[in-house]
Amino acid sequence: MGTATVPAGRRPAGVVPARRRPVRPGRSPSARREARWAYLFLAPWLVGFLAFQAGPMIASAWLSLTEYDVINEPRFTGLDNYRQLTSDPQVARSLGNTVLYTLLHVPLVMVLSLGLALLLHRVGRFQGFFRTVFYLPVMTPAVAVGILFLLLLNTQDGLVNRGLALVGVDGPSWTTDPDWILPGIVLMSLWSLGSTVIIYLAALQNVPRDLYEAASIDGAGRWARFRTVTLPMISGALFFTLVVNTIASLQMFTEVYTMYFGNRETQNRFNSDAATFYVIHLFQEAFQFLHMGFASAMAWLLFVIILLITLVQMKLGNRFVYYEGDDR
Amino acid sequence: MSRLRCATAFVGVLTLALAGCGGVGGGTGSGGTGGTGALTTMGFGLPDEIATTRVDTFRRASPDVELKITEGAFDEQQFLSAVAAGNPPDLVYLDRKLIGTYARRGSLQPLTDCVQRRKVDLDQYRPAARQQVTLDGTVYGIPEFYSVRVVYLNEAVLRESGLTAADVNLADWAALPALNAKLTRVTGGKLTRIGVDPKIPEFLPMWAKANGVELLSVDGRTPHLDDPKVVEALTTGLGLIRGQGGWGRFSAFRDTFDFFGAASPLARNQIAVWPMEDWFLNVAAKNTPKAELVVKPFVDRQGQPLTMASGSAWVIPKGARNPDAACAFATTMTAVDTWVAAARARAEARRAAGLPFTGVYTGNVRADERIFAELWRPTGNPRFDEAVQTIRSVQAAAFSMPASPAGAEFDKAWYGAANRVLAGQSQPAEALARAQQEATAALDRASR
Repeated sequence: MGTATVPAGRRPAGVVPARRRPVRPGRSPSARREARWAYLFLAPWLVGFLAFQAGPMIASAWLSLTEYDVINEPRFTGLDNYRQLTSDPQVARSLGNTVLYTLLHVPLVMVLSLGLALLLHRVGRFQGFFRTVFYLPVMTPAVAVGILFLLLLNTQDGLVNRGLALVGVDGPSWTTDPDWILPGIVLMSLWSLGSTVIIYLAALQNVPRDLYEAASIDGAGRWARFRTVTLPMISGALFFTLVVNTIASLQMFTEVYTMYFGNRETQNRFNSDAATFYVIHLFQEAFQFLHMGFASAMAWLLFVIILLITLVQMKLGNRFVYYEGDDR
Repeated sequence: MSRLRCATAFVGVLTLALAGCGGVGGGTGSGGTGGTGALTTMGFGLPDEIATTRVDTFRRASPDVELKITEGAFDEQQFLSAVAAGNPPDLVYLDRKLIGTYARRGSLQPLTDCVQRRKVDLDQYRPAARQQVTLDGTVYGIPEFYSVRVVYLNEAVLRESGLTAADVNLADWAALPALNAKLTRVTGGKLTRIGVDPKIPEFLPMWAKANGVELLSVDGRTPHLDDPKVVEALTTGLGLIRGQGGWGRFSAFRDTFDFFGAASPLARNQIAVWPMEDWFLNVAAKNTPKAELVVKPFVDRQGQPLTMASGSAWVIPKGARNPDAACAFATTMTAVDTWVAAARARAEARRAAGLPFTGVYTGNVRADERIFAELWRPTGNPRFDEAVQTIRSVQAAAFSMPASPAGAEFDKAWYGAANRVLAGQSQPAEALARAQQEATAALDRASR
């Protein structure tokens, strides 16, 4: 089969060129075929995202503009629910509790996890065993953790106060004193720091040893090596856990709900402002008081707060985090 | 377009005609029989002979009904999801105090036709139970059990403190702190015995009623939380708890109690005087039959018996597919003969185990009369026999929290107030004033 050679820019008379789809640079037919396959493999997730995340989010945005009790049709009320958010003292209280918890929990988890990871990193033969031991609590169901800590934090017979008594400290009323409820919850939250420990341990194991050797040759001591080599090299992991733990803290629900609101008895007996976290208040508004519209507005407010905090963290993270291959 | 309208109207008229437009049981349906088809329930379980005997009675009476009991406690989320999805169960078993809220929102079917067609005499139900299933004069539920509160005394502890059961007078609020101090025991800085447990926040409505005021108006729409008598009741309860070291110590000690086991606080002499639901008598008869237990009525400040009643009920949600069978099930389960059969099974089971039969307390007065006339026999243990008589005697003096369009929010308001006071965050008057505002706002919103 012969082919005619036509000089560039010229067309033979009477010949109409076949219409061709313009080929974008870098998108060869095989690349397009690969892209189609990629979309095919992504399809289950995309469908799931549209059906179970994007769909409900759009519905929730609409419901936040309505008065809706699940049983009757939604009634459009404009921005009333958002106005009510600003005037409901319980929203402010629960948001305050949640933010305070986040401010206590996140740094504490990061510091303790880093300390444990550094210790684990130095352990030789039994590192696998300890890694498993530290991670095991993460496998405990959140509901079980809530019930467990209700017992552990009992003022009179709880193990925590018994332990404190051994060193001469009269333990507080963790579950009934409003000033101690939040610290008790923070204490409980440390139960599952194993996942953060494992992330830090993996990051520590990836730090090249020659950097430490170079630093040592330059006369850097242990603290200087940690500050100038370890921290920058694991800053990516630190940043990741900062973002993830912040988001999880702002959405804290299961353990606290189990402890203080799990059944009618605990709900009534422990019904306290101090244990009312934002998502718990949201849940009560939605499923106990049937204010689905208002609860949807609460959910969107939380979404915006988390989004803003994460954006700020990302902005700051870009300045402080070292990524492999980065020339900074 | 007009054809579409005609078709829509036709379907609408047909639907209304088939539905009977009149709540449960209005159609020709089964014509008063046990019905046919599938029947699903939610919130009910089969834990004992009281449940299984009654369900068996229904199965025999309605062999054409395919009964599916989804066992488990009532779950609000599960129920609402089912209603929202247009797939509610035919019958729901729930706490009577929730009925007002759901009825107000139109999620429950009125049972007016059901009780008429099944010839159910509503007078057979105790007034306090009937009040909780009725909103604005319409019946939405069929009452089941009937639980009242009485005062339990551990006579061994009283004797140790140089007192007798006659010395315990809950009508004299001024003398309560001294009584409490005599009975309370603190060892090594730890509370080791509760003297008088006021059981607040749970029983605050009963203390308030004893002081002459109800937390909520009979129509369930007006809260009275900031009434000085409620403040006084809460202050009295708070004083008793403070007299035992404060809420933290008191609550922590009480949280260690296992009322259901053989090592109950009664058996271990960890509590002297405490108001509690009547079911504890059954538990005590089973686990601690030799305990020196005395049961007295809770009393108002004039010394008149008083109690708060609560319990469960059967309701038929909007959209139930088989309301006829649901109506038949609810009325059969709560009929006099059915209750008597269940109580007989309980009595036989208890005798076979060598345990005393302390009765079954239902929302049906006539059923209770027959149970105690035909089945209950003195056990030979005068303490338990007298206790049974005491419980029966106070049943008529019961009040209940009325059906309210915002029951859950109302509860949250007053429980929150009591908890803030107990935790030392607020004074009673201040806490109850805030609760009054919250409850008023919630009830106003729900009544709109």
